[in-house]
Amino acid sequence: MRTTALAGVGIVAATALALTGCSAGDSSTEADGPVTITYTNFISNGGNEENLQAIVDAFEEENPDITVEVTTLPYADYGTALQTDLAAGTVSDVFDIEYANFAQYQANGVLAELDPEDPSAYRESVLEAYQADGTQYALPSSFSTVVLFYNADLFEAAGVETPTADWTWADEQAAAEELTDEGAGVWGDHQPVSFYEYYKVLAQNGGEFLNEDGTEVAFNTPEGVEAAEWLVGKSGTVMPTIEDGQGTPDFDTNLFLDGKLAMLHTGIWMFGAFADVPFGWDIAVEPGNTQQASALFSNAVGVSAGSEHQEAAAAFAEYLTSSDVMVQTRLDAGWELPATSDEAALDSYLTLGSPENRQAVFDSLENVALPPVVAEGQQEMQDIMTEELVEAQAGRKSVQEALDSAEERINAAIGG
Amino acid sequence: MTALIGEAAAEVGAEARSTGSRTRGPRTSTRRSRRVRYALTVLAFLLPSAVPLLLFVLGPMVAAAWISLTEWNLLAPAEWVGFENYANLLTDPETADVFLHTLYYIVGYLPLVYVGGLAIALALNTALRGRTVLRGVYFLPVITSWIVVALVWRWLLNPSNGVVNTVLAWFGIDGPGWWTDPAWAMPSIILASAWKDLGFVMVILLAGLQAIDPELLDAARVDGAGWWRRLFSVTLPLLSPATFFVIVISLINGFQVFDQVYAMTGGGPGGATQVVVQQIYDLTFRYGKAGEASALSWLLFVVILAVTVIQIRGQRKWVNYG
Repeated sequence: MRTTALAGVGIVAATALALTGCSAGDSSTEADGPVTITYTNFISNGGNEENLQAIVDAFEEENPDITVEVTTLPYADYGTALQTDLAAGTVSDVFDIEYANFAQYQANGVLAELDPEDPSAYRESVLEAYQADGTQYALPSSFSTVVLFYNADLFEAAGVETPTADWTWADEQAAAEELTDEGAGVWGDHQPVSFYEYYKVLAQNGGEFLNEDGTEVAFNTPEGVEAAEWLVGKSGTVMPTIEDGQGTPDFDTNLFLDGKLAMLHTGIWMFGAFADVPFGWDIAVEPGNTQQASALFSNAVGVSAGSEHQEAAAAFAEYLTSSDVMVQTRLDAGWELPATSDEAALDSYLTLGSPENRQAVFDSLENVALPPVVAEGQQEMQDIMTEELVEAQAGRKSVQEALDSAEERINAAIGG
Repeated sequence: MTALIGEAAAEVGAEARSTGSRTRGPRTSTRRSRRVRYALTVLAFLLPSAVPLLLFVLGPMVAAAWISLTEWNLLAPAEWVGFENYANLLTDPETADVFLHTLYYIVGYLPLVYVGGLAIALALNTALRGRTVLRGVYFLPVITSWIVVALVWRWLLNPSNGVVNTVLAWFGIDGPGWWTDPAWAMPSIILASAWKDLGFVMVILLAGLQAIDPELLDAARVDGAGWWRRLFSVTLPLLSPATFFVIVISLINGFQVFDQVYAMTGGGPGGATQVVVQQIYDLTFRYGKAGEASALSWLLFVVILAVTVIQIRGQRKWVNYG
């Protein structure tokens, strides 16, 4: 692995040069008879592989001429793999994307235009998120929100009232301080120090991440400083520090599973993993400061613009994101929510068991904060924001210094 | 294999000389066919290394040179920008940062791995019991995957519950934050790297030590030279070719440090361990700036080439081929 770095970058490049030359052939030749299409995903990784296979099996049964080959990658590696495949011209016919990266892929022309047969099957607002100039370029496979999880047993033992939808930051802070018991190794609260949390707490404090035309950041304001202080101030008081391992993968969810964490900010995709814990737990809409705002994440599938089986790929993409089989499979499994317009089906979700207060998931949708999106420099913007916040968390910079530096660096990254 | 090629080439030469002016006429064709056969033999021996070299090193290098003159985000077609990427790199303070971080790594790593490797080689060159087993043990980390080694070291150096800080705490020492503290992150990486490469340096130096004529050391001893005197006046000068090799290879590898950084810190905390190759990786695969990354690759290549040429020039002054 000590070959020159040059070689590493170069191999990709050379392959790409070779392949783009010959793969740009006409894609209109739709083969009659049986076709095999490929689908690369991260959405089923980590516990939902069989659920995805059930949807694929149902699709193949209804479309005997089409075979779907599924490749599943962990989320952490997915972006790199997709980018390399796109560069090399070896991308699957159908592939996952997430909302934050949609604009970039769409702008670079790697997504084929889609024309779903039944757009009314989708939740309108989520479907529209994947359009550009009125044209559909991807179909939403799911959406999910981030809520406040809490260990009800710890609240009871400490004699603290459990969170409600009326809570504000101050209530959360007070409860977290009461619940933290360093002697017993119990922490009151956990919220990741990252870009994805920051844009949301900023909205909870009435601030904006980007200016109106998305060319510069707009968070370096008194509201922005207060939001950042709220985020980084938990560390070492009511939340473990970086030295304790905070910030490493699965640290927070494992702490919660061990019964050592009273409150946790994470996504509803954790319902399945927390289903069998030996203590009582529930959820509430995240508290806000001046207003409520919940993070909405959405995944989608796109069809490769270079796919040789556009029609079959589009048919599978639509089935995967809107069929009744998919809706039922997702709801039964407690997977992320399908972006369906079928309210009756979603109602059944409310009575599926732990957590009891599933209504909070729908309540959180009423005040949604979408991640800021730029056409160029998205990943850099996210990385810089997280890095600067962690500098403030570790005490190496003041919050103001971190935001000053983040402002300057992000403006350079998204403007240049 | 190079030795074989050398022999074949020498034979071709000898053949040419010995048959020189004496042979004329009918024998010329035989001579020519022999030369062709030798040339083919040489070529056949070269092929197994020449083909991969062309395919996986020279080809990509040429491709990278071309990409470095374009702006390419891996998604849309590349756009020609001339030398803009190089101009940007040379004016960007981050470029100096990543080279300085790399230099910091080399300055810490090279002395540590050389002195450590030399100490072990000296110990294993004596009639120590079980030295064959020990040689194997020290070489084991060299052939272990960096990802595994990095994860183990991350765990050993865990600031709150790692083995190292736990042991330090027994003696009342409050261990540092290792990879979570910008001041200690690079030393952590240097430590892990020196530990892993110790075996490689040891093997090279051991071979060098075994080539030293024991009579020279005996003579020095008879003349009253102590252990240190023999080390500095006899062993080290005679070991200089092996030392030279170790330094050249370690410097080239040092400039390309990546795996351990990627796996242990990812360039953090706060960019404190962002080295050149980590930057190339991030630019290409995180930020979609393959053009700038390729330009940085070439910049790194030029730096490594320059350093290596300087060393080869400088070796006359201190390397003793006896």
